[in-house]
Amino acid sequence: MAGINKRTPGEKAFDLFNVLFLLLLCLIMIYPLYYVLIASLSDGNLFLAHTGPLLRPVGFSLAAYRMVFRNPMVVRGFANTIFLVVTGTAVNLLMTSFAAYVLSRRDVYWKGLLMKMAVFTMFFQGGLVPLYLQVKGLGLLDSYWSVILTFAISTYNMIIMRTYFLGIPDSLEESAKMDGANDFTILFRIILPVSMPVVATMILFYGVARWNGYFYVMIFLRDRVKFPISLILREILVANSTDTMMDGASSGDMADAERIGDTIKFATTIIATVPILFIYPFLQKHFVKGVMIGSVKG
Amino acid sequence: MNNRIRKDFQKNRYVYLMALPVVVYYILFHYMPMYGVIISFKKFTPALGIGGSPWVGFKYFRDFFGAYYFWRLIRNTVLLSFNNLLWGFPAPIILALLMNELRSSRYKRAVQSLTYIPHFISVVVVCGLLLEFSQMGGLINDIVSRFGGERVAFFQDPAYFRLFYIGSGIWQEIGWGTIIYLAALSAIDTQIYEAATIDGAGRWKKMLHITLPSIVPTIIILFIMRMGQMLTVGHEKIILLYNPTIYETADVISTFVYRKGLLEFSWSYSTAVGLFNSVINFTLLVLTNRISRRLSETSLW
Repeated sequence: MAGINKRTPGEKAFDLFNVLFLLLLCLIMIYPLYYVLIASLSDGNLFLAHTGPLLRPVGFSLAAYRMVFRNPMVVRGFANTIFLVVTGTAVNLLMTSFAAYVLSRRDVYWKGLLMKMAVFTMFFQGGLVPLYLQVKGLGLLDSYWSVILTFAISTYNMIIMRTYFLGIPDSLEESAKMDGANDFTILFRIILPVSMPVVATMILFYGVARWNGYFYVMIFLRDRVKFPISLILREILVANSTDTMMDGASSGDMADAERIGDTIKFATTIIATVPILFIYPFLQKHFVKGVMIGSVKG
Repeated sequence: MNNRIRKDFQKNRYVYLMALPVVVYYILFHYMPMYGVIISFKKFTPALGIGGSPWVGFKYFRDFFGAYYFWRLIRNTVLLSFNNLLWGFPAPIILALLMNELRSSRYKRAVQSLTYIPHFISVVVVCGLLLEFSQMGGLINDIVSRFGGERVAFFQDPAYFRLFYIGSGIWQEIGWGTIIYLAALSAIDTQIYEAATIDGAGRWKKMLHITLPSIVPTIIILFIMRMGQMLTVGHEKIILLYNPTIYETADVISTFVYRKGLLEFSWSYSTAVGLFNSVINFTLLVLTNRISRRLSETSLW
């Protein structure tokens, strides 16, 4: 909206208010995260003694990070999360592409029924206990496959992908069909390569959900060795047990942990959050498009 | 008919091959649990299995309706959900309208990028920080006491739970929620604004008569979706935040289902409560959709 006309004083006042208000809002969005970062870089004792907001670290120290990286639970949790995110997202992409492809075909007799079957699950679910019993019955408890398979398809994401596929001109695949290519070839060689924006959106949506998810991992996994970082983080941050930090630690380490105290929590938070924030700017352009596709009625 | 189906199978055999794992997935992880819901009408014990457990009719539903915390759960769920709708639903609309009025597109993009970030922070981190900041010696109390206020143990006092729950929810989702509205706003034809300017409409008039009406269909669709969740308050966030001292305001149906089912192993009872919740949600969704279709011709289906 270029201002062709002169702004009235009232409009100028509004513009100023608007700019300042949004600036304040951005500060509120960012400050808690910034606080975590500088707290994690602070000296444990000085941080404990400090009250009030922080603008820069009090007594710069990397001790908390050293402590965290030496902790086997955190390191293993991090590795577990990476496995879970990579495998899980790969399964998500494969299954979601299959479903979206099938439901975007023009003349498939059972398509309508399949679509209804998928959409109905968005409005009605069996609930927590029946799902748990089913996963248990399949013998998946305490295995990563429990979470990977239970959430193999998000119907919402699948509809976004299907809407995108529907927008691809038929002519693209027709020549391939003439050459006798089957549907698998068409999906992998023709449809997916021209659908990179939606694939990127899916990677982001599924990947972030896998990275951050804690609840179902918590109820499906028993063996602490298998815990992803989100569960370790829950123990440290929410259950407030720095015991996790003591696993396999020497007595010297324990004394360290006491001293470094709260800063350990913040360092672990940073380690568990930064990877997501790193990929975010690269995918931002795509997910905006993805959410918009999703907003079109399927 | 049969002939058509056979021809279809022949022609689309690879499509159906691809559909196979998808169908198996939906059956195993969605429709089998839906079948499993019948344990709410049975006295389920793992040894007897779903089929072998004896029927008890509506016993568990009656138990729930008669329980002394029944009204507390309903009240907490409805109040949290209603307040969430009241404050959380308009927030991104207002933010999107304000962002739309910014004259610098670079500033607008910066505001967008920054406000999206909290959406990607995990619920464990958000709750952990919330608990940390709201401790007696935490950041929030430091600020409160600096302005002369009294320090409060926020998560030991039922009076504050809703404020913190809803506030943190808005913090996390307000930016993300604007995406859909900004997309609708960017689709408005600029000629309409120009015509309005010639007719002497100011910025406020234009916002009221052009900008806002153009996003009304989007608002209605999202509103219907929200109504379908009126009796759903997710357990994932609450079970990280609450403790028995604040059950009075913090315990909701879904957290109750979780405690009963997975911590106390009252399988059937928990499932009955969950089913009651789902049925109400489904009914609300259908009702809102019907009302909306009659009033505005915008509907989900």
